[in-house]
Amino acid sequence: MKTYYNPEDLKKFGKIGEFQKSMADKFFDYYGEVFQEGALTAREKSLIALAVAHAIQCPYCIDAYTVDTMEKGCDEEQMMEAVHVAAAIRGGASLVHSTQMMNKVKEISM
Amino acid sequence: MKSLKAQQHPLSKIEYELEVLDTPIKGISFADKLANSNLFPLSPTQIDIFQINMGKMCNQVCKHCHVDAGPDRKEIMTRETMQLILEVIKKGGIKTVDLTGGAPEMNPEFRWFIEEIRKISSEVHIIVRCNLTIILANPKYHDLPEFYKKHHIEVVSSLPYFTAVKTDSQRGDGVFDKSIKALKMLNEVGYGAEGTGLQLNLVYNPAGAFLPASQEGLELEFKKRLKNSYDITFNALYTITNLPISRFLEYLLRSENYDSYMEKLLDAYNPVAAANVMCRNTISVGWDGYLYDCDFNQMLELKVASPTSQHIADWNKKSLLEREIIVKQHCFGCTAGAGSSCGGATA
Ligand code: SF4
Ligand code: SF4
Repeated sequence: MKTYYNPEDLKKFGKIGEFQKSMADKFFDYYGEVFQEGALTAREKSLIALAVAHAIQCPYCIDAYTVDTMEKGCDEEQMMEAVHVAAAIRGGASLVHSTQMMNKVKEISM
Repeated sequence: MKSLKAQQHPLSKIEYELEVLDTPIKGISFADKLANSNLFPLSPTQIDIFQINMGKMCNQVCKHCHVDAGPDRKEIMTRETMQLILEVIKKGGIKTVDLTGGAPEMNPEFRWFIEEIRKISSEVHIIVRCNLTIILANPKYHDLPEFYKKHHIEVVSSLPYFTAVKTDSQRGDGVFDKSIKALKMLNEVGYGAEGTGLQLNLVYNPAGAFLPASQEGLELEFKKRLKNSYDITFNALYTITNLPISRFLEYLLRSENYDSYMEKLLDAYNPVAAANVMCRNTISVGWDGYLYDCDFNQMLELKVASPTSQHIADWNKKSLLEREIIVKQHCFGCTAGAGSSCGGATA
């Protein structure tokens, strides 16, 4: 069955430079540096990436950062907590906009 | 749970296991990779370490065990074989004796053997790979911490994670709680405490088809968690990669993770780790006295390629130093990422 997403395509990520090399090179250099140990540990960065992957709902990133967080020594509980952070921010982002709705309601109501 | 041997599982047949491991990954063999790193044929640098398999008997039946150990395994080393090993230790040159199994403590000659090594030398470094739960398995083992301390033994113990769920999923129900109790008993006699010189090192290995985390970062995390939750201290954490042998191989094949796991190991090949593989300064002795390049080759029954010195009774250091180390696809487990050995990362 043909689908838009194919797990095998994840392995081809590094080959996007085939169509535009210089930008891809810059991107991957940057990407590599972002995930180095820094003020945040590589482990913390991996958990952030896992949470963001869920927020943007990218199946490739979810796949990659599930493995990566496990290979950084995280367990299921920590990973699920990271996803809850993403969910809380997503849910919160919707809900906080309700203040706009509430403002408008009040503006046009007697 | 039974051992693969007791289940008469196809993978308990070495020929079948070797057939799986003889197939190159993406057309590439471990020997090819070594050749690219100018390391083929792989040769020993020295013989500093004796890793001795005291037997396949164990009180646990861990899902990933490369020894296929368990209570149903009866193969254990005899006193006669140990005598032959002592003769070699007497000749000098062996710096470390690393006792493994199964649960080495279940061999009735275990204590005698250590006492005899200590009679020869107080200097030889002795390591016991203790699975922790053995200390609580029977009252006759409760004094093991004192025994280790008396003979100044380094204790190396597996604890796949600092939570019960992950530990028990790999090592069996209730193993985590018992391991914590045993670690407390070791701490009580001074193991893992600063200034005592009594080394207590833990081993982490992934509970599944993925690579281990960085040793440094995970050690900090383990230290923090074990101290805060259980008031347990230890010296170092060794991260070890699971090699595709025996029960871990069975898991990989059954869960259809074998190909992707092998590709992962291949992609993570690190030439620095390859130069530092443990077989280059170790000889592994089987329960029946045969000699191997490492504990993994032992389980695959690949005796050293040194035809005149394949058994401890025929010990010939010169010929062993001139041998070629036997490598197959399982060796990719020793060279992935930061490398893996019985002492943790190598690169
Ligand atoms: S991994 Fe160690 S403790 Fe577990 S069954 Fe094998 S020998 Fe026993
Ligand atoms: S599996 Fe054994 S022989 Fe192969 S590289 Fe590792 S230690 Fe050496």
